[in-house]
Amino acid sequence: MGRAIAQRLAERGDRVFLLGIGEEELQKSAADLAARSAKSEPTGYAVCDLEHPETFAPALDAAEATLGGLDLVVVTAALFATQEALENDIELTRRLVTVNYGHTVVFCEHARKRLLARGGGSLAVFSSVAGDRGRKPVAIYGSGKAGLSHYLESLDHKFHAQGLHVLTVKPGFVKTGMTAGLKPPPFAGEPEGVAKVVVRAIDARKPVVYTPGIWALVMLVIRWLPRFVMRKIGF
Amino acid sequence: MPSPALPPAPTLAAWGRLPKPGSELVSEDLARATLGANLSRGLGRSYGDSSLPAAASDRVIGTRRANRVLGFDAATGVLRAEAGLSLAEVNRLFMPRGFFTPVTPGTKFVTLGGMVSSDVHGKNHHVEGCFGQHVRSMKMRLADGSLVETSPTAEPELFWATVGGMGLLGHVLEVEFTLKRIPSPWILMESERVGGIDEFLVALNTAAPQWPMTVGWIDCLNGGKKLGRGVLMAGRWAEPHEAPAELPPVPGALAVPFDFPNLALNKYTASVFNIAYYWKQIAKRVTKVLSPEPFFYPLDAVLEWNRVYGSRGFTQYQCVIPRAAGAPAVREFMVRLTKFGAASPLCVIKDCGPEGQGILSFPLEGTSIAVDMAVSPEIQRVVNELNAFVIETGGRIYLTKDAFTTPADFRRMEPRLPRFEAAREKYDPKRALRSAQSVRILGDRAS
Ligand SMILES: Cc1cc2nc3c(=O)[nH]c(=O)nc-3n(C[C@H](O)[C@H](O)[C@H](O)COP(=O)(O)OP(=O)(O)OC[C@H]3O[C@@H](n4cnc5c(N)ncnc54)[C@H](O)[C@@H]3O)c2cc1C
Ligand SMILES: NC(=O)c1ccc[n+]([C@@H]2O[C@H](COP(=O)([O-])OP(=O)(O)OC[C@H]3O[C@@H](n4cnc5c(N)ncnc54)[C@H](OP(=O)(O)O)[C@@H]3O)[C@@H](O)[C@H]2O)c1
Repeated sequence: MGRAIAQRLAERGDRVFLLGIGEEELQKSAADLAARSAKSEPTGYAVCDLEHPETFAPALDAAEATLGGLDLVVVTAALFATQEALENDIELTRRLVTVNYGHTVVFCEHARKRLLARGGGSLAVFSSVAGDRGRKPVAIYGSGKAGLSHYLESLDHKFHAQGLHVLTVKPGFVKTGMTAGLKPPPFAGEPEGVAKVVVRAIDARKPVVYTPGIWALVMLVIRWLPRFVMRKIGF
Repeated sequence: MPSPALPPAPTLAAWGRLPKPGSELVSEDLARATLGANLSRGLGRSYGDSSLPAAASDRVIGTRRANRVLGFDAATGVLRAEAGLSLAEVNRLFMPRGFFTPVTPGTKFVTLGGMVSSDVHGKNHHVEGCFGQHVRSMKMRLADGSLVETSPTAEPELFWATVGGMGLLGHVLEVEFTLKRIPSPWILMESERVGGIDEFLVALNTAAPQWPMTVGWIDCLNGGKKLGRGVLMAGRWAEPHEAPAELPPVPGALAVPFDFPNLALNKYTASVFNIAYYWKQIAKRVTKVLSPEPFFYPLDAVLEWNRVYGSRGFTQYQCVIPRAAGAPAVREFMVRLTKFGAASPLCVIKDCGPEGQGILSFPLEGTSIAVDMAVSPEIQRVVNELNAFVIETGGRIYLTKDAFTTPADFRRMEPRLPRFEAAREKYDPKRALRSAQSVRILGDRAS
């Protein structure tokens, strides 16, 4: 989904800088964005690994230096594993909650400070519908996303007045590499559709967006289900 | 938590909607995903079984998310991209910059990998040949796990076996080819009403030296004096002074919302469809400037139009009859086709230029005819009979459309097969790469 958003931004003429783990992959993605760029802008990139917080500041420095300041930071990176895999592998659980919650918050803190230093901007972060309610199939993954959503909402409350726009993106099921082995439910989304919705939400400075949109309704119902029902159902 | 009832086994289908057990793994990281995989597939726009698994447990990689442009040189038009990039994207990104694909099939919802593997041809075959002629280089994952760069000079036998090789030599990861410069993003088209098949062959011949793009739509339901009547469309890119100043409109596609009942496309509806198309062109000859979309991709305006054939699925019969066999052979083919009354609003005729270098590439100098057919209990017999005639003329069928040709018939029409099998023997002696089609036609193991 990160790739689809970057393509969309580049194609409409925004200047983009990429952060990610593999140098070779980053280089290919940068070439793609340069070829798509409405203004034929070259695209810069830097290695930034959510497992290694010491990479955050240098990577953001490089982005700021190349772009001459940031007005939007989009965070899509995260790990995923099924509840079963996580229950069977405590080390994987540690990694996943650290990356998806702890280190993502640390990264956002770096980004927030830089945005506020320039008088504001947008911070768009991918959380998940899995963070909206404690549920059996996403007990561990969802808990990290719940913490992240909570943090992002608080950021919005605290810094909105200072010009910081925080967007919490809550995807439902989207057909990406992350969900490749899973059976798509009805209304599964495609990355291009998500990108369109997210870029529109960034432009409109919305605080929260569910995508595909139907998940807003689904989660509304799920949040109101009584505990005894949640204990019984598998959803 | 295991679910109480087992879900139905997943199936995979191509454009003809004839499913096979199995599933695809869609990945944006082809280098990682193709290791140990049995087949790659793009957007599943091939009609037949070439993009379907040989066995339900086969690892089939869906490439459509691997869609990055890796480099574009505006001075030369050379474009390098991941194999899952679609032609729709190539057009969207590069047409406004004055470039177009050198060869396009009749739908833009195909991937570069699919265009290479079928060695697709278009309305300009008589001038530009197939897509493979314009490919400079490809990065491939081979059955032994190695990654190679292949071109007409580096591992040429691998290159020309892959071009038109229906995915059986290896997984194409990246494709480098040359886009053509276009004078404007508009088409100047001349369409002409043609009264019958003989007249059609003459008209195609006359148009070929004058127009870089030609194609005919024929009514294949009517016999007798009306046999082979239809419309010939010839076109070229419009010069700037002939074209509107603005870009053509971005098409908003309609979708067929549900499967049509199986009877909807019976002989009568198809007949009406054909006649309407024919008489829409009231004047004998019409010249106009139009957007490339309706010219190249008339059917893309209705997404998933294959659903009009209902749940029974359909196939397309496409063959080429060599020029040497003469006009009477084409006429005789049309007679046999109309005799079967295969319900089809879609019957396309095109004169092909010389055979390309792809070892199993479809076109050869002659007349290509493509016709959609709903699947019925009769279909095997119809295909066999048409094949028998095509073999007599020295012609052949197009693998990407095929789901019914028998292995014996295929061998009879394909003297180039030993060379293709030798290439497979060299690059994939264990036949790890395989498809439902290679099992059916080439005798690969399915277990
Ligand atoms: C409406 C319509 C009009 C058409 N008109 C024309 C036409 O005018 N001329 C013409 O030539 N064809 C035409 N076709 C056929 C179409 O162009 C081909 O079937 C094309 O190969 C489909 O591309 P795809 O990406 O959907 O490939 P798929 O259908 O997914 O796969 C086709 C073959 O390519 C192989 N393949 C795909 N990607 C890779 C890869 N990365 N590496 C290795 N193997 C791969 C598959 O294994 C399979 O054998 C038409 C099809 C439709 C539906
Ligand atoms: N897909 C869904 O249905 C769904 C639903 C709800 C929420 N989400 C959320 O949406 C976001 C995007 O997911 P997606 O579906 O697009 O998945 P994806 O394709 O797997 O993208 C996640 C990206 O994160 C990168 N990444 C992994 N570990 C990293 C690390 N340590 N440091 C930096 N980058 C790292 C991955 O890089 P590599 O490819 O190199 O590993 C990958 O590019 C995620 O936050 C996900 O939790 C997705």
